[in-house]
Amino acid sequence: MQNKTTTFAKQICAAQASAMRADKQMICMGLGIDDPKAIFGTTAGLSEDFGSKRVFDTPTAENAMTGVGIGAAQAGTRVLMTHQRVDFFLLAMDQLVNNAAKWHYMFNGQLKVPLTIRLIVGRGWGQGPTHAQNLQSWFAHVPGLKVVVPSKTDAVGQQLYQAIMDDNPTVFIEHRWLHNQHGDVSQIRRYTDRSEPVRVHATGEDLTLVANSYMVLEAIQAAEFLTKLGIRCDVIETTELNVSCWKPVFDAVNKTGRVLVCDSAHQHFSVGGELVASCAEQCFSALKAAPMRLGLPMHPEPTSFGLTSHFYNTASDIVRQVGVMLGRELPLPAKRDTPHDVPGQWFQGPF
Amino acid sequence: MLRIRLIEEAIAERYSEQKMRCPTHLSIGQEACAVGISAKLLPKDKVFSSHRAHAHYLAKGGNLNRLIAELYGKGSGCTGGRGGSMHLTDLDAGFVASTAIVANSIPVAAGQALHQQLRGETQLTVSYFGEGATEEGAFYETANFAVVKQLPLLLVCENNRYSVYSSLACRQPKNRSIKALAEAIGIYSLEGNGNDVREVAARASQAVSHIRAGNGPAFIELHTYRHREHCGPHFDDDLGYRPKEERESWFKRDPLQTVEDILSAIPHWKKAKASMIEKIEKEIGEAFDAAINAPFPDSDNNEVYVYAE
Repeated sequence: MQNKTTTFAKQICAAQASAMRADKQMICMGLGIDDPKAIFGTTAGLSEDFGSKRVFDTPTAENAMTGVGIGAAQAGTRVLMTHQRVDFFLLAMDQLVNNAAKWHYMFNGQLKVPLTIRLIVGRGWGQGPTHAQNLQSWFAHVPGLKVVVPSKTDAVGQQLYQAIMDDNPTVFIEHRWLHNQHGDVSQIRRYTDRSEPVRVHATGEDLTLVANSYMVLEAIQAAEFLTKLGIRCDVIETTELNVSCWKPVFDAVNKTGRVLVCDSAHQHFSVGGELVASCAEQCFSALKAAPMRLGLPMHPEPTSFGLTSHFYNTASDIVRQVGVMLGRELPLPAKRDTPHDVPGQWFQGPF
Repeated sequence: MLRIRLIEEAIAERYSEQKMRCPTHLSIGQEACAVGISAKLLPKDKVFSSHRAHAHYLAKGGNLNRLIAELYGKGSGCTGGRGGSMHLTDLDAGFVASTAIVANSIPVAAGQALHQQLRGETQLTVSYFGEGATEEGAFYETANFAVVKQLPLLLVCENNRYSVYSSLACRQPKNRSIKALAEAIGIYSLEGNGNDVREVAARASQAVSHIRAGNGPAFIELHTYRHREHCGPHFDDDLGYRPKEERESWFKRDPLQTVEDILSAIPHWKKAKASMIEKIEKEIGEAFDAAINAPFPDSDNNEVYVYAE
């Protein structure tokens, strides 16, 4: 093997190819999936490998195309749809909520909808109010939908493969800043292994950090920094937004008595809110401090570089909040040398 | 048509007993559309519909007992009490689904047609909807995609002129034809008198031949009129939202009367009709008895089928 590393985007691509090989009838559709940019490289080569009948570009019609996906899926064709931004997909909420989520239930188990919808959350570089919304809690609120929010390159392929092969409608929410996350090929999990709905990235006795999407990377960095200060934290990733899968979170909070949720979406009425409420219900007698959450402020992401430097939370914000919860003033991690609105030097605008 | 009319009238007659506790949109007055289209379909063809779906379901061969039981919310209903009148299914009959949200089942029907095309199947899919649905984006988006992909999809627009109480005049430009609109999108489009079952069948025949020959989707606009209120068992002409002359002219063209005028020339028609009515009424009586006597589904199972295993 010459190339020992892979990326989040390459793993997404490979998982789709693997699923299309496993299910010879499966189709992939989405605006631009076979164009030269191939959805940030996440669909590169699929149309060449599987043909334009199975992998095809679509009209700019999010609502009807979602209905088409539902119609094909309930008829017996496994469907994967891809959207370059969550925000545009909002036009399809009728089909998603009234049809995809409900048909198995409403038709008393006679129909099922094996449909997966990939949605990408933008951030930074001027993405602004309508290209940077992680509306995961909207989807998680609807019975019948599964919501999967990947964070790490080692498991994203497995998570997507499993979402595609699931016979339920699944919303798969990728953060744009994760696409270039490198990983060692030797650590990649087999697509066919069942992925865990909750992943534990670190364990500690002092405090439990719960995070999802890009915030998992910030939480891991924060925990590593805190370890140097003698503060040991759990870092738990809630990949599936399903309370019934969150026992590892409650076990951890019962152990540490302190939980800080690092949410990648707006703070109020959020997945973070659900986690804090669930921890209050499940771990009340073990709590040593009020459960806290760090989310985005309740205003849209502004566009200007000059307006966004404090919009997102970083490892530094997490460390500061941990200090508050422990009643200690803590030193903060060194300031990063990349501009605040890009994940690294690899990221070139506009998208 | 007579069977559908008698079934719908039986529902109307008993609806006020408050035992069928779900919003119900009767097809009375619009039966010829469903019957004329279904006459040209094969058992394997698939059908989707909207909130006013009883006629489409029955004309495709949907099970009567399961329809009536569904209206009563019983476990023996076609969705076990989950969906009610607006969410019907009978997969054995090829009636896949009706849904309540306006225009919402049109793209799903196109997805079924895409599946048929991908599998190389010869069957087609029908999507029934009202003219109100042609004001929704989902209609245009679907029609556009169906033409791009040349899907085996038949779009049937039953134009009954009213969206609940709102007339066409406040919803669509004067003198603009819906058929012409569909044609402009690139669909092979036809138009006809939806109260004349022979004309509907003739249009359906043209459309179905076009689709089965692999020429892509077709659209039919059928002019028709609902007799009763938008939702519920009553006549509502006391509300005055439909001009008296308009109403009278359409009621004179009752689709059943149109057929009766022809059939009555046949010797022994009266006797034949009476025997048909007797048979249908027996069937209806049995369906209602079965539905009324069936148990409610067990609410302990309310969480079953949220997710597929």
